[in-house]
Amino acid sequence: MSKKLRVATTSLAGCFGCHMSLLDIDERLFTLLELVEFDRSPITDIKHCGPCDIGIIEGGVCNAENVHVLREFRRSCKILIAIGACAINGGLPAQRNHLDLGSCLTEVYLTEPGLSHGHIPNDPELPLPLDKVHPLHEVVKIDYFIPGCPPSADAIWKFLTDLIAGNTPELGHGLIKYD
Amino acid sequence: MSETFQLDGAPVPFEPGQTVMQAALAAGHYIPHLCYHPEFKPHGSCKLCTVKVNGRTVASCTMPAEAGLTVESEIEELNALRRTLVQMLFAEGNHFCPSCEKSGNCVLQALGYDLEVHTAGFRHLYPDRPLDASHPDILLDFNRCILCELCVRASGEVDGKNVFALSGRGIAKHLIVNSESGLLSDTNIALTDKAMQVCPVGVILKKRVGFNMPIGERRYDERPISAQALDDAPRQTDASGNCEACEGTP
Amino acid sequence: MLPDNELRFDASRQIWLDQLVARHQTDASRLLQILREVQEYFGHIPQPAISRLAEKLSIPRVRIESVGSFYSFLHLKPHGEYRVLFSDNITDRMLGSEALMQQMCQQLWLQPGKVSEDGLVSISPTSCTGMCDQGPALLVNGRAITRLTHQRVQEIAQLIRNRTPLNNWPSDFFHVDDNIRRSGLLLDNTLAPGDVLRKALSLGGQKIVEAVKTSALRGRGGAGFPTGLKWEACRNAQGSEHYVVCNADEGEPGTFKDRVLLTRQADLVFEGMTLCALAVGSKKGFLYLRGEYRYMLEPLQAVLQRRRDNNLLGAKILGQSGFDFDIDIHLGAGAYICGEESALIESLEGKRGVPRSRPPFPVTHGYMQQPTAVDNVETFCQAALALHMGAEKYRAIGTEKSTGSKLISVSGDCAYPGIYEYPFGVSVREILQECGAVNTRAVQVSGPSGVCVGESEFGRKLGFEDIPTAGAFMVFDDSRDMFEVARNYVHFFAHESCGFCTPCRVGTSMLKQTMDKIAAGHGTKYDLNEIENLDSVLQNTSHCGLGRTACNPVLHTLKHFRPAYENKLKSLMFSPAFDLDGSLARARQMTGRDDAGAHLKEEI
Repeated sequence: MSKKLRVATTSLAGCFGCHMSLLDIDERLFTLLELVEFDRSPITDIKHCGPCDIGIIEGGVCNAENVHVLREFRRSCKILIAIGACAINGGLPAQRNHLDLGSCLTEVYLTEPGLSHGHIPNDPELPLPLDKVHPLHEVVKIDYFIPGCPPSADAIWKFLTDLIAGNTPELGHGLIKYD
Repeated sequence: MSETFQLDGAPVPFEPGQTVMQAALAAGHYIPHLCYHPEFKPHGSCKLCTVKVNGRTVASCTMPAEAGLTVESEIEELNALRRTLVQMLFAEGNHFCPSCEKSGNCVLQALGYDLEVHTAGFRHLYPDRPLDASHPDILLDFNRCILCELCVRASGEVDGKNVFALSGRGIAKHLIVNSESGLLSDTNIALTDKAMQVCPVGVILKKRVGFNMPIGERRYDERPISAQALDDAPRQTDASGNCEACEGTP
Repeated sequence: MLPDNELRFDASRQIWLDQLVARHQTDASRLLQILREVQEYFGHIPQPAISRLAEKLSIPRVRIESVGSFYSFLHLKPHGEYRVLFSDNITDRMLGSEALMQQMCQQLWLQPGKVSEDGLVSISPTSCTGMCDQGPALLVNGRAITRLTHQRVQEIAQLIRNRTPLNNWPSDFFHVDDNIRRSGLLLDNTLAPGDVLRKALSLGGQKIVEAVKTSALRGRGGAGFPTGLKWEACRNAQGSEHYVVCNADEGEPGTFKDRVLLTRQADLVFEGMTLCALAVGSKKGFLYLRGEYRYMLEPLQAVLQRRRDNNLLGAKILGQSGFDFDIDIHLGAGAYICGEESALIESLEGKRGVPRSRPPFPVTHGYMQQPTAVDNVETFCQAALALHMGAEKYRAIGTEKSTGSKLISVSGDCAYPGIYEYPFGVSVREILQECGAVNTRAVQVSGPSGVCVGESEFGRKLGFEDIPTAGAFMVFDDSRDMFEVARNYVHFFAHESCGFCTPCRVGTSMLKQTMDKIAAGHGTKYDLNEIENLDSVLQNTSHCGLGRTACNPVLHTLKHFRPAYENKLKSLMFSPAFDLDGSLARARQMTGRDDAGAHLKEEI
């Protein structure tokens, strides 16, 4: 058995649904852990990415911090996979893309009924939002995409096992879903 | 004995006046398509049905069948082109499948599945296309419009109402409705119109029935579109005027 | 200009509309012509006018909106009392048009593409207006002004600010030169109106077709289809009517020879059309004149009237009973695609200019689904000449497969831009020498959809054997960035795509985005790959020639001038198409932050 592949995962502007779906591979996790070991990931709580074979990212790019994390993944991972609708086309967060960011912030923090003394958060600790939410492939080069919201555990399993085995991943009917 | 042309090496018989697409479907050969619908005059705009005829690429839905033609369809070169066309349509509009009630019954989506399109690629255009919810029974969600003109053709050719038309040019082209206010509620559309049944994506929707059929149990969840399109050819309308092929909802 | 709701109640305007419809015989196939006049009268097409037209013409209003929104020169919303359109061909840009447009925008306090707040004026770029030999050029309310300078732009801004009616502007503003630099059998002809027809009448239809076939004349619009075969097919096609259409929708950027022919040789053009009518058995012809040449409408109509008065048009032409033919002029309204013959026919029928699926071809199913011969302005002239001088004699001119002469529209970096008539077979180098071009880097032959010829190929010859051409010949010297030339053409195609088919509608926009990304310094090798991918889709799946050739400028310049692209690439690594730091600007503005965390550095 050759050396285990190192895998990192993260969620940017996502809901962790794709990570939940990854966990839904259930007992196959044990098989997976024989093949890979996890680097930076919510599963390990490692904060920064070391050199990895595979990076799996859910969520789109909606703020400056997302850009930093995505770049770290691209620098560290040989193969980068966008997982789920948000990573692939912006998904739910991108539904704000036809609105002006300024009016979004104004409505949420200043003019929403029931708010008093609201102000738009300006703490330097907070990442600034981008004016539009972008799919990952618009910011860095992405090698593979696993569609779905979220992709089913079976789809993730099929995709990863294909990839780990050295086959070009194919999902096929029933596993490829956009919803 | 009718005349034939060759499709991917198999002889396909045809009647005079048939296009390559019509003859192929009738003979049990699937060619991917989106804006083609057997009940309307072929249109040839989506270009998903592009095939090679004697080495030259043409839209099979508008190409008249002729004896002795050599037609190639199921080859990787063409499927690669089709994949890019599907990607272009996804990148052009706002196709957010997880929130679309047409998901599972959507022809664009089903074609994406069948062609193994994992991403739209490209830079998404994210156009601003406000909904029209003015009509009490019908919702128009222009975000998903792929400009196939099936509703335009159905409303004009079958319903005789001309509720829909395309406006603008190039990438700014968009669907409009026939009223001075620009609102659907001010048109004479009716739920029983053919135009209500033909939208291949989720633009023209009957209100309050969207999730009667659970996601996961819908038309293209069952079997790929390549298998189903053949069941439907030649597609027929039933006595009540419903076209089974067009809508998941009866 | 009145707000729409005031128009609704204005009886005099309604009467004007009703009279307009009556003047067009309440014929919905004349919708585009009606809308063009509504646009001229109101400055835009008001909603109440649409409703009224729908009622009078018995067509759905949605069809009127659909057609009106297709053409660049028609506006469904108020677009200013003065509508200024700067010709945006690369040759105009090379003569400084961008700075001039900016200057006018500043002087009139508005942004390009927007209407000034007082509703007085709008300023936008438009596709080539066919004045490349005397640019930079613009159109104001459809009228052409050439040879723009800073001073002239200043004067125009002043006239607009003073609301001076266009008729009171200095007449030399509107002067258009012919700039004929070299003439040959066509431009030197001494034929009198009727000379060709008299000879043709002695031959009869069948023999005219034979003669045109023998002359080996090929269409001058670019595609080079044998004219005799086209006329023969049209003549033999069954139909209740046969039509003759002259394609004067000279939209290919860099071409302006039809402008000069219609100015100097209008009689010969109409004579050629009438000859064709005799050959194919037609009673009705159309000249489809591009909207940019609106200023020619009245002079051309005067020529038609003179020909009617001289019995060269109308019933029993030259006394021959049964030889009835007349010509109607239709104006386009800003749509390059209408130069494609089937799109032109759709437009003639008052529809959106969307190319038809072919087959069937116009010779059997053209205007109103009847047999129709569509030919270029120059083709009709050449056919008339060939018939008059004799097919064999004509055939001796030019080369074996490209007989006769060709008008070349020369523009760009040369001392003497203008019209040059050569027998086919002339080399690129000969033309360059004659037009006074020095240090030439490249020539774009036959417009953006044609070929870009680099120095090593200047020995190539114009003609269907080597470089086919509709006549455009844009010269670029070694100071020019060929990437920017290609980018200008790509923008042109994206603007002019009719939007019918997926590959062209989306693909030309994607191509434009990619070229803009490279221009902005964000390009990478992935973007060059993307161009190749788009090219494959556009070439193989587009509905018509526009999409199929939209990548040509990029492919040809990449072939000859690859470093012009490569030295703009940011790196070979992937880079986003947009400015990441710039996309935080709105949030910085809203939060008042400018700390380090409020910025994104570029990645190296």
